Amino acid sequence: MTFYALTFALLGVGLYGLLAKRNMLKKVLGLVILEYAVNLLLVAVGYRAGRGAPILQPGEDPAAFVAGSVDPLPQVLVLTSIVIGLGATMLLMAMVLRLHQRYGTLDVDRMDRLKG
Amino acid sequence: MGAYLPLFVALPLLAGFACLLLKRAAPRAAPWLSVASMLGLLALAAVAVARRDAGVTFAGGWGVSGWGGNGGADDVVFVVGIALVLDGLSRLFLLLVALVGTASAVYALRYLEPEAGRPLFHVLFNLLVAGMNGALLAGDLFNLYVFVEVASIASYGLVAYRTGGTEIEAAFKYLVLGTLASTAILVGVTVLYAATGYLNMADLGVAIAGGAVPRLPLLFAAALFLFGFGTKTAAMPFHAWLPDAHPSAPAPISAMLSGLLIKTLGIYALARVFFVVVGADEQVRLILTLLGCLSMWGGVLLAQAQDDLKRILAYHSVSQMGYVLIAFGVGTWLGVAAGLFHAVNHALFKSALFLSSGSLERLTGTRRLSEMGGIFRRAPATSVGLVGACLSIAGIPPFNGFWSKLLILIALVSAGQPVVALLAAGAALMTLVTFVKVQRKAVFGALPARLANAREVPAAMYLPVLALVVLCLLSGLLWPLGVDGVIGAAASSLRAGAGERPAASEYIESVHGRGSR
Amino acid sequence: MRSDRDGLSAIVQVVARWTLVMIVVYGLAVACFGHLTPGGGFAGGVALACGFVLATLAFGGGSGPAAALHRRVAALEASGALAFLGLAALGWTAGHFLQAWTPRGAAFTLVSAPFLVLINLAILLKVGAGLFAGFMVLVLFDRGLAPTGGGEGET
Repeated sequence: MTFYALTFALLGVGLYGLLAKRNMLKKVLGLVILEYAVNLLLVAVGYRAGRGAPILQPGEDPAAFVAGSVDPLPQVLVLTSIVIGLGATMLLMAMVLRLHQRYGTLDVDRMDRLKG
Repeated sequence: MGAYLPLFVALPLLAGFACLLLKRAAPRAAPWLSVASMLGLLALAAVAVARRDAGVTFAGGWGVSGWGGNGGADDVVFVVGIALVLDGLSRLFLLLVALVGTASAVYALRYLEPEAGRPLFHVLFNLLVAGMNGALLAGDLFNLYVFVEVASIASYGLVAYRTGGTEIEAAFKYLVLGTLASTAILVGVTVLYAATGYLNMADLGVAIAGGAVPRLPLLFAAALFLFGFGTKTAAMPFHAWLPDAHPSAPAPISAMLSGLLIKTLGIYALARVFFVVVGADEQVRLILTLLGCLSMWGGVLLAQAQDDLKRILAYHSVSQMGYVLIAFGVGTWLGVAAGLFHAVNHALFKSALFLSSGSLERLTGTRRLSEMGGIFRRAPATSVGLVGACLSIAGIPPFNGFWSKLLILIALVSAGQPVVALLAAGAALMTLVTFVKVQRKAVFGALPARLANAREVPAAMYLPVLALVVLCLLSGLLWPLGVDGVIGAAASSLRAGAGERPAASEYIESVHGRGSR
Repeated sequence: MRSDRDGLSAIVQVVARWTLVMIVVYGLAVACFGHLTPGGGFAGGVALACGFVLATLAFGGGSGPAAALHRRVAALEASGALAFLGLAALGWTAGHFLQAWTPRGAAFTLVSAPFLVLINLAILLKVGAGLFAGFMVLVLFDRGLAPTGGGEGET
């Protein structure tokens, strides 16, 4: 339970960084923290207290293996979600670089030319 | 049955990576590869709709054996793979993606000509289509999320494609909000997985209808999905990115984003998740209605203040999605069918409008309505396309927009929601006013001296628009023929008759019942 | 003063030359053992890309092994993805897209399950080249390169 609470606290930290900070780099960091908090949550969901890593050893009994390891599915999902997060972060950093070149600032409020 | 389903994702991926491979060797091949892959998808989708195919296939039908055995076929315990599900709803949207995608790809042939870096554009274009098709076919929530992200990341890149300051700023805003939405979706998926141990949408739907998830986690997940997919739909409180992002993209991409992306990642996913998985009970439908009313009026009012043609169109996308949401909010078979019909119609006429706006920009060198005018003489084909699309969105009778709005009104009134119906009718009137203004300022009126030498755009640019407008007209005239087979089938896969939960019995049946191998 | 094109000092370059070999071998090994142990094409590709990033940092963007690579990196990434699609499409001959169409492997045997090994190698190419391409795009940004899309998720 504590672990889940801490994960959600981390989600909050990421959300705060993403929404409240004006510096673009801090926004990116907030986004990364947010993504990793979700990944942590996924892994935590698959965790079963006292069980081992889901790696089959030679000669191990399949039934005992299944009963003795944590849920591997969320770990696979996390791998995919890390890739997705990486793609998004890379694109985001490219945009930050380009915006910094153009406006000479990282402050979102000082470059706001869009009226929305 | 349905072994060809992976092609819907593999074909655009193939074309996209072929563009990347040939970036230096044959950069001129890229646009044609896009057109070819779109035509292939169109043929596939047409076959699927005509044969009313439905069923499940696995990408990677891997038999999992008892470990340590001989590995023979008799040893297989169960089959794992990425489930791809085709039903009435995904069929309809696959056809829509192929239609609008073909029009945009043909349009891009000449529209992008002067710009450098075209192969990269087509790589992203094909990735976008692959992501959307994947999201339409995904049978489990996690792959829905993955394909939503593939399509979204491609669209972020495409919005930033012109690499100007405003474009990148819009893309930055879009990316931050879009990723926030995706994160919310992933948390929602995690909550449901933790509660049930399922990711497959049909299994989840049955489990949740059976009360497997306690009320609080279910509400939490529903709220996250509503925020996540609502942002992808650009429903009103979550719409902030759309009026910046859609106009910043090149015209064929604006058409893809406004015509398709907000529907495949937004409307389709909302419908699938709420009608199949979470269950659209009274409160959910009320929230959908509220979001719908807000979007409908907010979008149309904000559009009045704009002078930039593409921004007007973008705000109207928000507004038109509001109609679809209130129709879903009704929740009856008629309401869902009318909403889907409107989503289809909106895809056709809004992509025609955005493509026309690109032609007008090419013709007049501006996107400001106040600097356009009298273009009819100089460019009759473009003008006819624009006027036809304007009539569709404004809801003038023979065109499709009229019928779907009428059906939504009928669904609202027959479900006892006359107030919402009045609001919808009022917003429709405002839409009419806007687009009469657009026509008057852009097409008719006096030709500014500056534009005396404006020349008609190439045929590859006006023919796709005209084709879309003809489709608008045809679907307006012939829609009663398609009610049972196409739209009705889509609505039925979400709701079986007037029954309560589990409403999506047909979808669940097509996953569980008929040939899950 | 050295410019960034010359890379870092001779000490770093000598060390990098040795570690680079190890990193590349490690990446390849992780990919090749992917059907037996945790790892596979994606993890191996990340290690490989890190190796090339190291090479770029140590030897500079203008010369060395990284320079030759980054000109072809898009083509490499595309060939990896196309190889994956081709291998997956051959699965139709066995019934399903992405189904193993080669003989089934035996557990804990390195030279078995050729389909998995081939798929892992295709992903290795795609991910390794893709990540390195992303790195190079970020590095070369101020030299007037248009942004490409980010990586896309194939595990």
